[in-house]
Amino acid sequence: MAAFLVRRLIQGIVVVALVTTIVFVLIHLAPGDPFASAVSNPSITESIRASWRHAYGLDRPLGEQYLRYVANVFRGDLGFSFSLQRPVAAVLADALPNTILLMLLGLIAGFALGIAVAIAQVRNRGKALDKFLGGVSLTFFAVPDFWLALLLLVSLAYWVPIFPIGGATNPVMYDTFSPAEQVWDRARHVILPAATLALLYFPVIARHQRAALADALPSDYVTTARAKGVSEKTLIRRHALRNALLPIVTLLGIALPGLLTGAVFVERVFSWPGMGSVIVNSIHSRDYPLLTACVILGSAFVVAGSVIADVLYRLLDPRLRDER
Amino acid sequence: MNADTPILSLSFARARSRIRDTDRSLVFALILLAAIAIPCLLAPVAAPYDPNAQPDIVGLRSVPPSLAHPMGTDPVSRDVLSRLLYGGRLSLSVALFATLVSVTLGTAYGAIAGYTDGIAGTILERLLDALLAIPRLLLLIAIFALWRDIPITGFIVILGATGWYGLARLVRGQVLALKRQDFVASAAALGAGRMRILTRHILPNVTTPVIVAAMLGIGHIIVLEAGLSFLGLGVHQPTASWGNMIQDGSDQIANHWWISLFPGLAIILTVIAFNILGDALLRVLSPRQSRFE
Repeated sequence: MAAFLVRRLIQGIVVVALVTTIVFVLIHLAPGDPFASAVSNPSITESIRASWRHAYGLDRPLGEQYLRYVANVFRGDLGFSFSLQRPVAAVLADALPNTILLMLLGLIAGFALGIAVAIAQVRNRGKALDKFLGGVSLTFFAVPDFWLALLLLVSLAYWVPIFPIGGATNPVMYDTFSPAEQVWDRARHVILPAATLALLYFPVIARHQRAALADALPSDYVTTARAKGVSEKTLIRRHALRNALLPIVTLLGIALPGLLTGAVFVERVFSWPGMGSVIVNSIHSRDYPLLTACVILGSAFVVAGSVIADVLYRLLDPRLRDER
Repeated sequence: MNADTPILSLSFARARSRIRDTDRSLVFALILLAAIAIPCLLAPVAAPYDPNAQPDIVGLRSVPPSLAHPMGTDPVSRDVLSRLLYGGRLSLSVALFATLVSVTLGTAYGAIAGYTDGIAGTILERLLDALLAIPRLLLLIAIFALWRDIPITGFIVILGATGWYGLARLVRGQVLALKRQDFVASAAALGAGRMRILTRHILPNVTTPVIVAAMLGIGHIIVLEAGLSFLGLGVHQPTASWGNMIQDGSDQIANHWWISLFPGLAIILTVIAFNILGDALLRVLSPRQSRFE
């Protein structure tokens, strides 16, 4: 297990390094730079721009810039954001917890809803409820993320104003709230975006979980349990579901990066101060260090997701532990 | 007629009976797709107005649905129905051609990676792992934000060129399994070359998963194109696409809901149709895999 983990981590680091290189080259190949267009003030002369480029090292050869960047990253220095005039690490430290909170809530709610739907479908196999829930899942699977976010926003925050229209906290009153009120305020703000993510994610879970459960039900151990007189409810919950959860674990790994990028749209619609907003802003302002860091983080999520899925798989299925 | 004929016609008969018995959903998906695609493809004839005409920016601005404008008008007085049809033509063609690009690249890479042994095969596999770890949406946002004036052909090629990794992995897995089968060994024993074995014996056996993946891929690209256009990075104004139409109405969706609602519904129906079609094709083309359904 330990050897397996070490090997997977080394592989992961190689992959992230490759991605970093590709993105670095791509960004610097693009026409223009942060100071060519971002500041269009006529009193800023070409020599001022040149001195800025010099200050940030953008006038050096691409190879040298790349080596410097990699060396800095290994020293834990992600660079300095041009547009926000703050260290990249500080920007990420502000945004990442918000995104992770949103992602985790969306993921947990999405998994719970998806598994519940799948169980309801399997218990009513071939009946109207099974088909109806299948249709609902398919519809939500087909919905564009930002459109669903807009729809929920306008219906539950504007037409029927139950939830606040955006942000992570009340921008004016938050600091005057008591601790309990602050928690309540945060919860009210997170529900709608997290629910959007959950609704976007549950169809995938439900579909796979239904197939896995339908696969497990004809097994001998299920027949044995049924012969013992176990009720249909317990049969699914205690016998079939436990084995049918395995394939879903793989989805958890795939879900992680999907939620990070899915959050780009949802965060934008709900003005959630997370990675999605940081990514979009860093692109519009051509903030190289910030953008590179975001893409590296994104690919690190992908790698971490697949490692986590592999480890969970081994923990849940003892037969796999001895494999290399 | 040669010796193959009876077997061939038998399998056709089986496929036909399968369509009759199980797949009303195939017919449903095809009708739904036709109902969406045909008016879109006939947009120049079917659309009541010029999609980019702005007849009266003040008087006809964001007019709710009426007989003259069945889906209303947008903030600059363009007819939403006409834009929906022209936008659909564009969104559907972008998705179709981008999927064609990714299916070609993915099948070719997957087949070569699966069929190559030794170090070269390992390198191809690791490269695929690295490509799979690039978050596609982030990469696309970066590319289209940095190169603003990419023409539509470039847009299609880039969408296709970033979407083949998953399919390549699928094809690679299938080819790996197939190349150890007896029929491949017997083809080799008969003196068939590597290229002939790959193209004539192995690849025909991966067509079903490729077709199904392509159907799901088309739906995925429609949503992706919409998302990029929503961020202002995909199809640029004044050309209509379903994504930038949703964007047109997103600031004022509370008061002028029709501008964003109809293109969103069009996307949902199209993606549903392609998904049902993919599932149905899987059932018709490979009955073995779907017996438990």
